[in-house]
Amino acid sequence: MLLMTCKPDRATLKYRFCQWSVCGRAPFSSCSPKVCIVGAGPAGFYTAQHLIKSRQDVEVDIYERLPVPFGLVRFGVAPDHPEVKNVINTFTQTAQHSRCSFYGNVNVGTDVSVKELQQAYHAVVLSYGAEGNRRMGVPGEDLAGVHAAKDFVGWYNGLPDNRKLHPDLSCETAVILGQGNVALDVARILLSPMDMLKKTDITQPALDLLAESRIRRVLIVGRRGPMQIACTIKEVREMVNLPDTRPEMVAADFKGIAEAVKEVPRPRKRLTELLLKTALDVPTEKEQEKRSKASRVWGFRFFRSPVEVLPAPDLSRAAAIRLAVNRLEGSGEGASAVPTGEVEDVPCGLVISSIGYKSLPIDPLLPFDSRKAIVPNTMGRVQKTAGVYCSGWLKTGPTGVIGTTMNNSFDTARALLEDMDSGALDVSSAKPGSQGVTPLLEKRGVKPVEFSDWEKIDNEEIKRGVAMGKPREKLLSVDEMLHVART
Amino acid sequence: MALVTATRRLVHVTLRESSRRAAVISAASLPTQSRATCLQRGFTTSTQPLRSDNKVTVHFINRDGEKITVKGSPGDSLLDVVIDQDLDFDGFGACEGTLACSTCHLIFEEEVYKQLGPVTDEEMDMLDLAYGLTDTSRLGCQICLTKSLEGMVARVPESVSDIRQSGDGSS
Repeated sequence: MLLMTCKPDRATLKYRFCQWSVCGRAPFSSCSPKVCIVGAGPAGFYTAQHLIKSRQDVEVDIYERLPVPFGLVRFGVAPDHPEVKNVINTFTQTAQHSRCSFYGNVNVGTDVSVKELQQAYHAVVLSYGAEGNRRMGVPGEDLAGVHAAKDFVGWYNGLPDNRKLHPDLSCETAVILGQGNVALDVARILLSPMDMLKKTDITQPALDLLAESRIRRVLIVGRRGPMQIACTIKEVREMVNLPDTRPEMVAADFKGIAEAVKEVPRPRKRLTELLLKTALDVPTEKEQEKRSKASRVWGFRFFRSPVEVLPAPDLSRAAAIRLAVNRLEGSGEGASAVPTGEVEDVPCGLVISSIGYKSLPIDPLLPFDSRKAIVPNTMGRVQKTAGVYCSGWLKTGPTGVIGTTMNNSFDTARALLEDMDSGALDVSSAKPGSQGVTPLLEKRGVKPVEFSDWEKIDNEEIKRGVAMGKPREKLLSVDEMLHVART
Repeated sequence: MALVTATRRLVHVTLRESSRRAAVISAASLPTQSRATCLQRGFTTSTQPLRSDNKVTVHFINRDGEKITVKGSPGDSLLDVVIDQDLDFDGFGACEGTLACSTCHLIFEEEVYKQLGPVTDEEMDMLDLAYGLTDTSRLGCQICLTKSLEGMVARVPESVSDIRQSGDGSS
């Protein structure tokens, strides 16, 4: 029996003759390989993109917990870095491809199990990233005034789970633990002039709170030295150039650095030279004028590890952080911080711990390495679990920019395709794909959000943004998102 | 009979359109920002006479070692050329020419590199994050075509899944 399945091509509104199925089976279980991806962030989209491009018969369904796609591109990238969000354009193209479908508002693990996905699809790719964060593991960490950077960033970027954060910005000094790009984003958002922030897609509640902020000094603290700093030069340059601010570093932290920097590769060299210049050089006249007029201060502090957050006298909130003083053993990227026994107390009212995101297990039947907080895998193939793959931060740990995740995801897609070609992944028998999942969801009262529904949310956010002079005004709760999606 | 022919033509057109779209999926979708870079630097086509030979030949060596020869216009960036010619380099130009990534990293021969003009701090900052960085590396979105670059060769380097393997952590 010759079957012709036709689907309207959303972009051109023409009908495309998609495939001639000779299986003799009912239309819903055609022979094309069906892959499902868990997580609609960069990892999910780049994996989908590569699969769809490489084989003309693969169909990909992307499941996402939230009603809205794009993961950390939407909720992690800083509001003042809109260019980084350009990748949304290529993800949108992928989502609109006839062989790709987006199912938002579906929580894999609670609404549908990984096992049920494995039954419905030939392959499952876990790309759900890192929803948790590494704890400092020190007394006082749960006092009011202490936040994980992930939550602070989620708050100013409109992540529904963080909308009630209400950080207290009434103190003078904020201390950030960690010196990666996330720490620098937090520092920059805390110190940026309002007239810069108000033109971005930062949420209005965050903007309102920051407008009242009394924070005038931000210290960005790392365990090791200037040559081990984890952030990249672009972000440091942004701090140096931030209007109405001046840098304040400790000259002693840079002892021996000017000599050591001569031997290192160019990227590390340029970054360290910028730090040296900012910390030690006599400023130009123009720079000196800027510094003397600046109302806000920022600085890196090196060789310090948190040991305790000290409470205010009434024990209600954080009032200072106790830092252990370290010395460095070894040099270069592998140098380690060794406590000297000395400690130092820094009065502050806001403590942001930016020491890493952390992936969480979503299904007890899947292997999970709790030490590294990743799904154990070889080249993206989940260990001891045929037909299950992983990409993005869940695969390699929570570091890397979008470009890193892109390559990582392409690698997983290649492994999956290799397995299809070699027969290691059996795609010969038909699988129902989403037709095997949507009835389960319906029975459980879960109504997925399709990509065209997201487009309604997108349009509404852009429309509200126009009124505020911003690129968009994000909807802040899942309920609101679903309401707009369903209208 | 006419209906069958028309239908066949419709199928052919839509299939061709979909495969073009599939190729574009691997490159950035909006070239306008990258072209803006070259216009800002004064590389315009407005003073060039409208002649059919007003093109610059560029050879790309892709990751499989294949040589691909295309033509661009003076004032186009190399990223513009990759997009306009639908060249299929995985993940090339993710940020669409706004100096927010290093995926349009290209490697040149010494002689060509010297002709490419100065590198801004902004470009260097992003180039520093590229895997396989060399002394003759540049970001394609910042290289503007001129007639003097006729016949230039640009190699698309390997990319790697974890940039920390090159010794530069970033998060």
